[in-house]
Amino acid sequence: MYSRKFSRLILGLYNRKTSAITAVQSPGGRSGFSWSAVCRQRTRWLRRDGALEVQRGVPCQMSARSISQSTVDPSEVKRFQSLASKWWDEQGEFAALHAMNDLRVPFIRDNLLNVHPGRQGGKPLTGLRILDVGCGGGLLTEPLGRLGADVLGIDPVPDSIGTAQLHSSHDPDLCERVRYQTCTLEELSAEEEGGGGETANPLRRFDAIVASEVVEHLADLETFALCCSHVLKPGGSLFITTINKTNLSYALGIVVAEQLLRIVPSGTHDWEKFISPVELERLLESNGFSVQSVQGMLYNPVSRAWSWTNSTAINYALHAVKLKEEHPQTDQTVTPHQTGVDEGKELKLNVG
Amino acid sequence: MHKLTKATLAFNGFGRCFNAEKHFTATKIISRGLVCTEHGDDSGKKEVYDVIISGGGMVGSTMACSLGLDPNLVDKKILLLEAGNKKVMDKVPDVYGTRVSSISPGSATLLSGIGAWEHITKMRYKPYKKMQVWDACSDALITFDKENLQDEMAYIVENDVVVAALTKQLDSLSDNVQVKYRSKVVKYTWPMPHQAADSIPWVQVTLASGETLQTKLLIGADGPNSMVRQKLGIPTVKWNYDQSAVVAVLHLSEPTENNVAWQRFLPTGPIAMLPLSDTESSLVWSTSHRLAEELLELDEESFVDAINSAFWSNENQSELIETAGSLFRSTLSTLMPSAGIGPKTRVMFPLGIGHASEYVRHRVALIGDAAHRVHPLAGQGANLGFGDVACLTQLLSQAAFNGKDLGAMQHLLEYETERQRHNLPMMAAIDLMKRLYSTNAAPVVLLRTFGLQATNMLPTLKEQIMAFASK
Repeated sequence: MYSRKFSRLILGLYNRKTSAITAVQSPGGRSGFSWSAVCRQRTRWLRRDGALEVQRGVPCQMSARSISQSTVDPSEVKRFQSLASKWWDEQGEFAALHAMNDLRVPFIRDNLLNVHPGRQGGKPLTGLRILDVGCGGGLLTEPLGRLGADVLGIDPVPDSIGTAQLHSSHDPDLCERVRYQTCTLEELSAEEEGGGGETANPLRRFDAIVASEVVEHLADLETFALCCSHVLKPGGSLFITTINKTNLSYALGIVVAEQLLRIVPSGTHDWEKFISPVELERLLESNGFSVQSVQGMLYNPVSRAWSWTNSTAINYALHAVKLKEEHPQTDQTVTPHQTGVDEGKELKLNVG
Repeated sequence: MHKLTKATLAFNGFGRCFNAEKHFTATKIISRGLVCTEHGDDSGKKEVYDVIISGGGMVGSTMACSLGLDPNLVDKKILLLEAGNKKVMDKVPDVYGTRVSSISPGSATLLSGIGAWEHITKMRYKPYKKMQVWDACSDALITFDKENLQDEMAYIVENDVVVAALTKQLDSLSDNVQVKYRSKVVKYTWPMPHQAADSIPWVQVTLASGETLQTKLLIGADGPNSMVRQKLGIPTVKWNYDQSAVVAVLHLSEPTENNVAWQRFLPTGPIAMLPLSDTESSLVWSTSHRLAEELLELDEESFVDAINSAFWSNENQSELIETAGSLFRSTLSTLMPSAGIGPKTRVMFPLGIGHASEYVRHRVALIGDAAHRVHPLAGQGANLGFGDVACLTQLLSQAAFNGKDLGAMQHLLEYETERQRHNLPMMAAIDLMKRLYSTNAAPVVLLRTFGLQATNMLPTLKEQIMAFASK
């Protein structure tokens, strides 16, 4: 029901957009892409989503993700495999991600310094263990390593990990602190559990997890949140940057960014997989996290720079903290969240 | 009809880059792709320096101290390479060094921030409070001073003293800053801007001793004939003035409260007398090559006569102009000391102007005279270099705090933009002054006379000029 309403909205938007575009098209003839192709793709997604809904028969939020045990979507893996060698070209396909370091590294660094105060000097994150989920070519892993943290970068795409390892191998400074592993978050979490679950050596857990520009590519967010909770120390931080699911994010994040300005390679993002901050917050809080801050980010394609902004309509960054008391495990299907939220709040009060 | 092809879109992308202020980087970075690269040859776990500074003069040494003392760069490995010997000055020599610099308050702040100014004040320096500049052709004059004559305008310090103070400071920073003296660089190997499978991504510096060092960032501070700049093939706008500067140390005939810097513009070039102490002053006389050589040949007395006449004669003035301008000549002659000369202290060196069109490349930055070279008439050469040091240190510190690779283009380009914006107008102004005062054609003289006197009468304009020069 939800999805039908949405699809009507979107189709309505599409109609409006077509008329607007055709009006522009005639005089200028400016089109480097096929608008109809975009719309065909969209209707395909919507139909697929409709089909899924019929299969599930369970009321749920609008989601193009199937509920599975794996967070990884094979089509995404394939797409990133082909781009694996291009990670470190700062002016290439991943230019926007390189530029995003100007925002996300200070975001992570400053929030971690708030939690672990009193550090100074050239390596403020010394002694902290950080997990970079979906590290790709190591664009974010390396700066964190340079700031002194022990970072483990994981990615399901083997070529990306290869690129990342090669890039960091030349720097003796990084070699000691930055490690890479080709695996998924569930595999890592299973390793952690396999080692003894609750009684596992708590020192092996991480002080922080970073999942930057990752959740919009995942197949199953519930599992993701659960696994994060497993491998994170109590009181540890979770940093997520992702894209909101709004009309504006569709217009700017997909149409403009992928088709028009080619800021991002075409087909990188699937609007259905975007998640709003409210949804994400709900999801995390039901898994034992407490969201500390949410901040909007904006990319300026002219200056090719990111900046912080008040609106979370397109991109946003989120910082959550795992609550100190262990939250009882939830099962994989989505459950009503009321109790989860209340428990979380209660726990917060107790812990102080 | 006008179907945009992929190529045109890409071109539009480049066009976009041209428009963007901060990121006209894309084409710049690609076009600055560097030529040679070292392949294969497993370097093993060779030590990689974070920063190597090539050239241990005033600016290079200041850069080394500045980086060494920055709190965000505490764990970085910094190396300074100097081809000459270590300059230690346990006791200040009685004879004054011939080469001196005017250190602006901004530069003095930088030097005191790195702890070198303290050493300088203990050694030898001379603050001056007023600067008087006048025109040989018209006696128009302009005076620069701080309001109540209590504050110092700037300082005259011998170059040797500055370098010795910096050396002393570097000794105290030996845990994170290394210095290699008597190490001449014979070869630089530049890295490819993109990661290639088996090439080393660092800059490699080969010394005359055969040792090869690797670094993430190379800072070229090796003077106006910079090898770093030449090897990079950076296009440089430069030309020689057909002038040489003669420098000497003068004894004043009577001790006086010597705290004014004097400069007179002759058509052959400016002559300046900078105070060193109550009894000594430094002479900097920029003049034609031929005249400079003649001056060096003269015996002491004739040399002193030549200096005095350069300051006092009014043979360049026409009737018209003399009546238009003269007011202070008599006053001046009582204030200005007449000069003797110190033994064996006359040297000459050629003058020119130079500006590197690019200050930075992938993993390389130029500072000081390597990037820009000016005429000494405004006493700004060293100060521009110190300004480069302050700017680059601050940007590198910020980059390190953000976990960035120090050799990355983004912050290096910011340095280039900021410094070029400051240096180019200054260099243009100095060059303009030099050209304006190189002639004694009446219309130009009248123009500059009135200009100078008008500027002299506008305190706000003078303050602006002094503020710009003091940075």
